[in-house]
Amino acid sequence: MDVLMLSRLQFAAATVFHFLFVPLTLGLSVLIACMETAYVRTNNPVYKRMARFWGKLFLINFTLGVVTGITLEFQFGTNWSGYSVYMGDIFGSLLAIEATAAFFLESTFIGVWHFGWEKLSPKAHAVTAWLVCLASNLSAVWILIANGFMQNPLGFVVRNGRAELADFIAVITNPWAWNEFVHVVSGAFALSCFFIAGISAWHLVRKHEEEFFGKSMRLAVSVGLLASFAVVAQGHLHGNLVAKLQPAKLAAMESHWETMGNAPMYLLQIPDEKNERNLVQAMPVPGLLSFLAFNDTSAPVKGLKDFAPTDRPPVGLTFVAFRVMVGAGTLMLLLMLLGYMKRAKLSQMPGYLKIMVWAIPLPYLAMEAGWTVAEVGRQPWIVYGMMRTADAVSPISTGQVGSTLVAMVLLYTLLGAAGAYLMFNTARKGPQDA
Amino acid sequence: MLETIWFLLWGVLWAVYFVLDGYDLGMGTLMPFLAKDEFDKRTIYNAGGPFWDGNEVWLIAAGGVTFAAFPLAYATMFSGLYSALMLLLFTLIIRGVSYEFRGKVENASWRKLWDVCHSLCSFLPALLLGVAFANLFYGLPLDEKHVNQGGLLDLLNPYGLLGGVLFVVMFALHGALWLAIRATGGLKERAVATARKMWLVTLVVVLAFLAYSFVHTQLFGNYLKNPYLFLILIAAVAGLLACRAFIAAGSYWKAWAGSGVFIGCAALFGVIGLFPAILISTLNPAWSLTIGNASSSQLTLKIMLGVALVFVPIVILYQAWVYKNFSEPIKGEGEMEY
Ligand code: HDD
Ligand code: HEM
Ligand code: HEM
Repeated sequence: MDVLMLSRLQFAAATVFHFLFVPLTLGLSVLIACMETAYVRTNNPVYKRMARFWGKLFLINFTLGVVTGITLEFQFGTNWSGYSVYMGDIFGSLLAIEATAAFFLESTFIGVWHFGWEKLSPKAHAVTAWLVCLASNLSAVWILIANGFMQNPLGFVVRNGRAELADFIAVITNPWAWNEFVHVVSGAFALSCFFIAGISAWHLVRKHEEEFFGKSMRLAVSVGLLASFAVVAQGHLHGNLVAKLQPAKLAAMESHWETMGNAPMYLLQIPDEKNERNLVQAMPVPGLLSFLAFNDTSAPVKGLKDFAPTDRPPVGLTFVAFRVMVGAGTLMLLLMLLGYMKRAKLSQMPGYLKIMVWAIPLPYLAMEAGWTVAEVGRQPWIVYGMMRTADAVSPISTGQVGSTLVAMVLLYTLLGAAGAYLMFNTARKGPQDA
Repeated sequence: MLETIWFLLWGVLWAVYFVLDGYDLGMGTLMPFLAKDEFDKRTIYNAGGPFWDGNEVWLIAAGGVTFAAFPLAYATMFSGLYSALMLLLFTLIIRGVSYEFRGKVENASWRKLWDVCHSLCSFLPALLLGVAFANLFYGLPLDEKHVNQGGLLDLLNPYGLLGGVLFVVMFALHGALWLAIRATGGLKERAVATARKMWLVTLVVVLAFLAYSFVHTQLFGNYLKNPYLFLILIAAVAGLLACRAFIAAGSYWKAWAGSGVFIGCAALFGVIGLFPAILISTLNPAWSLTIGNASSSQLTLKIMLGVALVFVPIVILYQAWVYKNFSEPIKGEGEMEY
């Protein structure tokens, strides 16, 4: 393998791993802040116990999110120095703003929150919880503005052999970035609700702490329904944007080869990339693809054959990832809908509760699949239409990248396994002394 | 003009990072020598507990600002020092995780494992940062395309290694003083005794490093041209001397501040010695990266300056508030979260 391929793998491993922890931080922080606020309002100690128990799980996850983030901050320089030189004027500033405006706030107040249970009044403690969730979500804004630029570059001029900032407002109001933000954050909320619901369900089946987990469960299905609806509905709008701005990605997501109007969507489809066709395509829904992409059943949808082979993203992976995300999203919505409708008597529905325990990985799968669609589907471009990934890579040796890739995967796997084990234990013990 | 301001801010961010994370790393390095029992160990973890993450963000900010203000330097520095930087990141990752993971399982070998990880991964970052910065002070063999022609082993030259030792001992001094503030009983006494020893060691190493820098590098050029700049070096020395006086007087907060001033000014002394270069090429001065050829556009520098002027003071305010409220001596297990 060459340096390019190894660097792509390394970047993929680092981000995929980082994003195992990010969404739970984004969503759970808000839910914990709500629990603490409820405690301040009602003085009911069960809310404080809830905040403490879910907070313990939050901290394990948070720490792994933080440490895996550090690698990413430097990875643009280590592995993508070509990219850093060409795009740094715009991209670097967004990362620096993220650090100064969000990371400082987040990491300083997580310490206060963690060590402040006795020192601070319940009100002041709730404020620190709100600061942490505000800061986490703010960090998501800035990093997604940075990613939005890579997906839909605007507000720049090419000068002095690089892209220079021309219009900062255009960069930070990039519609792509804000679509991503809404989609990612509502997905993160949904994921956090599945996390709470699954663990609560496990305890409810065993009739542990029924008030505690009953309340947690009801909170999770209520917020979870809203969030799951938002991520699915907004996903459709996101698809419209992809259709307009990155037609090659859309075609790969659907493995759509021939440009045509009134394009159908096949419920059963197997791409055959080598021969530029689909091995199987069955059960068409006429006009659905045109409709999904452009809200018009007769609109023409560009096919992959309209793009030079060197301008096409990997079809198979993009296609499968998209199906996985949408499938998972649909299931998530149904599960939350059912839970919400039956929320008063969930503890008498062991079947549903057992399913919810097993549903915890579902939103994780959707998240990672979503990023795969967005990032693999953008290939061969690192910045869409502007810079190719192949031109971005650092002048380093395969030995260097290969050895650090192996070391990183090993290290992350060990830490991830240890973290999962600790979370599993903490979750199983329940809020005994919380 | 903007480039010069950003160069200084860049130096300041690194300096603040060394001052703040320095004591965490120093405490971790000293842990095997100072902690006699489980309570001592937990005191050390909790002494840094509320702060380590906030401290580490200064590193992230320093990295981010290198990227934003001097993208070419960011690209060159981190791809050029690829293996060393990756090693630094991996050790910092393990260090961070050790705080959170260690106390979560009631099992002696589990804790032992994380203790070893914690001290090793506090020692190594200090060493690596020192080696890296000493090599930056000297320069790297950059070719005309700004590609570093040296390897990992070339960094381990005597001057680089002395820089590594300097960072280790000055962080150890700083960490021992932080423990003198936050620990009680026997641990505190041992921390104070260690601080006295480390002070002397630091003095010797820093004098050796300055002398070596004088003969081996161009660092003193700017100072000889503009003697007023020697004030920075004087401030560093004053900090170090004050540190010793306050240790003797038993005022550990002030002594810690003194070692902080020393570390911060020492780092600034080196960075300002580089000016206007950020990365010196030892092969040909024309191939160096300077604020002239490595910086971002004026617009980006201006916007970033606005951001920094708004946010950095706010960050300093709230971090100072946290230090004020969360750094009393740790008396009992009730105050421990790790
Ligand atoms: C949508 C959200 C999102 C995305 C796409 C990313 N991150 Fe992230 N990051 C966060 C959301 C986040 C967070 C929620 O703010 C984290 C996760 C867990 C945490 O503790 O903070 C975080 C932590 C985190 C940290 C540690 C901050 C600290 O010490 O407090 C760094 C340096 C980065 N990230 C950098 C990156 C980079 C360079 C990314 C691009 C490849 C990236 N993150 C993708
Ligand atoms: C955290 C969620 C993310 C995940 C899971 C993710 C996933 C991936 C994957 C799988 C790749 C490899 C694609 C390929 O080479 O085929 C990739 C590449 C890349 N992504 Fe992301 N990504 C994430 C966020 C981001 C963000 C927020 C940015 C920028 C701000 C970003 C920038 C890049 C870059 C620079 C590459 C390398 C070049 C490339 O292969 O295109 N990613 N990412
Ligand atoms: C079922 C309906 C869904 C639709 C129609 C949908 C649509 C989309 C589309 C079109 C993209 C690609 C955007 C791009 O190329 O940048 C995307 C990305 C993504 N999706 Fe979904 N999605 C759905 C459900 C979900 C769910 C349930 C989750 C997670 C819980 C999720 C998480 C993500 C993530 C993390 C990304 C990458 C970031 C981004 O581009 O926004 N999606 N989604």
